[in-house]
Amino acid sequence: MSGKGIVHGLGVTLRHLLRTYWDDLKKGRRRYFNPEGIAYRQSPEVDGIFTVQYPEEKLPVPEEFRYLPFLVYDPGPAGEKVLRCTSCGICAKVCPPQCIWITRTTDPETGKPVPTPAEFAIDIDICMNCGLCAEYCPFDAIKMDHDYEIAGYDRMTTNIYTIEQLARSADYYRKIRPNAFASEEKDRLEREAAKAARAGTG
Amino acid sequence: MNDRLLSSTVDEAVSSRLSGLLTEDTRPGYSGYLVAPENLLEAVQILRDELGFDYLSSVTGVDYLEEDRLETVYHFYRSTGGSGLVLKSSCSRENGRIPSLTPIYPGAEFQEREAWDLLGIRFEGHPDLRRILMWEGFDGHPLRKDWREPYFEEEAKPFKSRWPDGKAVRSEEKTPFGDNVCFPPDFDPQTWQAEPETVIERLQQDEKPLADEEIQTDRIVVNLGPQHPSTHGVFRMTVMLDGETIVSLKPVMGYLHRNHEKIAERNTFLQNMPFTDRLDYLASMSNNFGYAIAVEKLMGVTPPERAEYIRVIMAELTRISSHIMTTGFLLNDLGAFFTPALYALEERELILDIFEMVSGSRMMCNYFRFGGVVRDIPEDVLGRIRQLVTDRLPRKIDELDSYLTNNEIVKTRCQGVGVLTDVQAIAYSAAGPILRASGVPYDVRRADPYSIYDRFDFDVAVQTHGDVYDRYLVRLQEMRESLKILRQALRDIPGGPVLAGKPQYQVRVPAGEAYGRVEGPKGELGFYVVSNGKPNPYRYHVRAPSFINLTSLETMCMHQKVADAVVVLGSVDIILGEVDR
Repeated sequence: MSGKGIVHGLGVTLRHLLRTYWDDLKKGRRRYFNPEGIAYRQSPEVDGIFTVQYPEEKLPVPEEFRYLPFLVYDPGPAGEKVLRCTSCGICAKVCPPQCIWITRTTDPETGKPVPTPAEFAIDIDICMNCGLCAEYCPFDAIKMDHDYEIAGYDRMTTNIYTIEQLARSADYYRKIRPNAFASEEKDRLEREAAKAARAGTG
Repeated sequence: MNDRLLSSTVDEAVSSRLSGLLTEDTRPGYSGYLVAPENLLEAVQILRDELGFDYLSSVTGVDYLEEDRLETVYHFYRSTGGSGLVLKSSCSRENGRIPSLTPIYPGAEFQEREAWDLLGIRFEGHPDLRRILMWEGFDGHPLRKDWREPYFEEEAKPFKSRWPDGKAVRSEEKTPFGDNVCFPPDFDPQTWQAEPETVIERLQQDEKPLADEEIQTDRIVVNLGPQHPSTHGVFRMTVMLDGETIVSLKPVMGYLHRNHEKIAERNTFLQNMPFTDRLDYLASMSNNFGYAIAVEKLMGVTPPERAEYIRVIMAELTRISSHIMTTGFLLNDLGAFFTPALYALEERELILDIFEMVSGSRMMCNYFRFGGVVRDIPEDVLGRIRQLVTDRLPRKIDELDSYLTNNEIVKTRCQGVGVLTDVQAIAYSAAGPILRASGVPYDVRRADPYSIYDRFDFDVAVQTHGDVYDRYLVRLQEMRESLKILRQALRDIPGGPVLAGKPQYQVRVPAGEAYGRVEGPKGELGFYVVSNGKPNPYRYHVRAPSFINLTSLETMCMHQKVADAVVVLGSVDIILGEVDR
């Protein structure tokens, strides 16, 4: 019979439509504006509508999510910010669009380089969010942020980030990437223990 | 083509039949044969007609500036499968000419135009040697080694100005049109006026009038695009219409051209990885795969087992997400506004969530490295993939099938529309679902297996009519075959490391050339990489399947109604990021 395929197809659409309301009725308030509801709508079990009411609702981002790079600092003894960066320049060398600019600090007396950056700038208009800087940094000093809401009105005055905008505490890093932080801390402690053992025997 | 030749190795067959015409390429790291331009056509004719190399996969060129020559590189394959044959022919940089292969392989048309446009290789006997990606008044050939772009800083990255004394400056703050922009000698932007477009002349020349013209009608030229034709991107079809019927069609492209290949030749090998994401941005994992394979061939590294499985899982998920999108958007092109597209997007969202968990980004994955992948898949993500692959996706693909396959409107709009026969498909170097819908069971995963595809049990999807409907059916079947591969891969995936050796930001790539190809969702995706032992590739070329698939667009649309041209374009499944590069 001609038209059977169309009727059948309309049945599929109708089922979708009814399921949307059925799921809304069944789950009620559990479905919207709470983390469980969002997780449900993001999961393979989702039935019915799957859209998220941004900005009231926001999708949680996975740990590996990467947006812009930031520089990690540890708290110093007097509460000052001690950047982990040694200005070795690997991130600037590996950066595909070459958006990282680093000025190395030199000791004014000896003229030798000091392992901390005097200036560190990232042009976030150019950054392609690839994550290579964070991946190849040997000091875990540069990491990828989760904050993606950075729209602004004027790119000419605000979008070259300097150390002030880039520095984030190690605590913040631990908060957004708990697993990576934990495994790096473990490695670091092991390395330090091995170093101490070598120093002890030597 | 006879069996004896097919079974013998390529080298034996070539040496016995073509010994007088070809010489072996003996440069270290290179393979294939060299041929003098005057012998090229004769050799290629024998290759195609007697040795069975009927599929011209890639045409490109390399500028050997120091040796003052341009080398054209051809990659031939047999449509019955097996390994390929590389042929090279050189001419001088100034006035060199190479005979065009279009009389033998019509599929060379756009690729030769691209080589002319970007490298300045003149192809004699080409029917339509115009620029294809750059604009018509452009001066110079950007892929030549002595050509420099605006904002040129250095020949190769990393730039010295970034470290150790980097002071951030915006490129715009420097003079944009400084010393390194060339205009044609008599160019004055104040008085310049665009000439009438040559594309219209071409339309008139290539016109194929209707046989049974009852009423005398006027011809009319219509520009479909740039934009709309159901917005696959900024693309233009210039068509000559007789009433409603297309009598001639020329695609115009390059609106999104950024010279990906020039950027890549400035980059280091590793820096190219995130740039490949931006080619076919709906299938970044496949692009990563192809590039990784090409460079791994040069480096001689093999990824560990677990990495190979992860790669296959990612590539097949990509194929499903790309095909399901294409199917949804094909219906959009047919006028079924967005309901099927949204059903497709829902499944794609779930796949992109997985990519985000694994690689950190939904579309620009940048997940592959030479010798493996960036990081392991966590066990819970594997569980999620299992859930998708065993339960949800099969159900949803079946739903799509029952929703669309027997729909009378879909059938009347798609069956018999945009037909490409098997002979035409091979001749035009069509790839992927286009080729297979025309009855050629050619799938790189089966024809010339890479990675670990020889371990999986799957069928090559194939249909026989070569119309829009069959392309839809091939994609549907391919999604099911991908699920089959995924189930096997998820069952067999071993533990272990995911990267061979230590992570390196500066890989050492020995001098030589390599052509890595994978079966991407759009077709055969090839990367031709030449290294001269330095940290940056000397030459990097992408065989972009959706670009080459457009070569046959005119044939597919000829004598169809203009409304169907949009549907045919939808069934070709172009991604402008890849077409324009």
